[in-house]
Amino acid sequence: MGWKFSDDVPLYQQIMDGIKQRIATGDWAPGQKLPSVRELAVEAGVNPNTMQKALAELEREGLLYAKRTAGRFVAERDEITEGLQEEMLQSYVKEFLDNMESLGYSLKDAAALLQRMSQQEERKGE
Amino acid sequence: MEELIRCRGLSKRYGKVLGLEDLSLSIPAGKIVGILGPNGSGKTTLIKMLCGLLVPEAGEVLIDGKPVGTESKAVVSYLPERPYFSDAMRISEVVDFFEEFYGDFRRETAERMLQTLGLDFDKKISALSKGNREKVQLVLVMSREAKVYLLDEPMGGVDPAARDFILKTILTNYNEDASVLISTHLISDVENVLDDVIFIKQGRLALYKSVDEIRMEKNKSVDALFREVFAC
Repeated sequence: MGWKFSDDVPLYQQIMDGIKQRIATGDWAPGQKLPSVRELAVEAGVNPNTMQKALAELEREGLLYAKRTAGRFVAERDEITEGLQEEMLQSYVKEFLDNMESLGYSLKDAAALLQRMSQQEERKGE
Repeated sequence: MEELIRCRGLSKRYGKVLGLEDLSLSIPAGKIVGILGPNGSGKTTLIKMLCGLLVPEAGEVLIDGKPVGTESKAVVSYLPERPYFSDAMRISEVVDFFEEFYGDFRRETAERMLQTLGLDFDKKISALSKGNREKVQLVLVMSREAKVYLLDEPMGGVDPAARDFILKTILTNYNEDASVLISTHLISDVENVLDDVIFIKQGRLALYKSVDEIRMEKNKSVDALFREVFAC
């Protein structure tokens, strides 16, 4: 059941990351209404209080907003949501580079590797 | 937050064997709390005291401000470790039984959940698999609009898919002003749904913390911390 979580980070932070990813990829569109806290909690396989905490934090960051009786919505597209995608891309690349570094490869080596792989892909496509 | 359960100085021995020793705690409303400990640590003893099946030798229990008795039992929904339905009863009869017995029983909720299990209501309890028997019992217990749910090993001996159903049933149905106590040793299966955890070690309270605190302070899952605290 539920989303995948790692052991060492508080769940609400991992939930926030999961939701940011959905917003960044457009899986949750700007202005879209969110399911209820309970529904999201069941989907993720977490406690409703934990989900509530994650949503409240995302509201504080301006990625979600609440209308008093109508529920919670994804923020309309603006700098915050636009910046999100960039932020996520950078964090993925950084993780990749950290892994390369721990194997003894520099940024340059990593770039060369990526180029090689992309050329291979192109050749496959032909 | 409003306090739902208060235990003060609970002690109990079974002959020479220790059940609980001077255990005190307070559980607020609106929380899902795991009661964790190895076999024989006192989890079931505590749960049975909360629902009035065992009387402490010393100390007291208050449920929603009242001592354990008829009033407290009306707001406590208890899932015992072992199924207690008569094998000869049909599912429909067990549902009738619950409706007659408990004023807060929501029949439609129970029937809806039993339908999702795809079970024939005319089936006898004896004809159900172990997993389905546990699911039926949990559905009935969670269909009460109680203030306190006491679930003693709700996932003991069922397969992972059944565990998912059980967790989902708990999450979907508990009342937001209620508290749910889950005793288990299958920690990795439940820890994501818990607000707080209580570790019981040899009848004593060893730890009472939120899952987030444990993760932040120790950079560990509850499961990993449990293995450390109770290492043999």
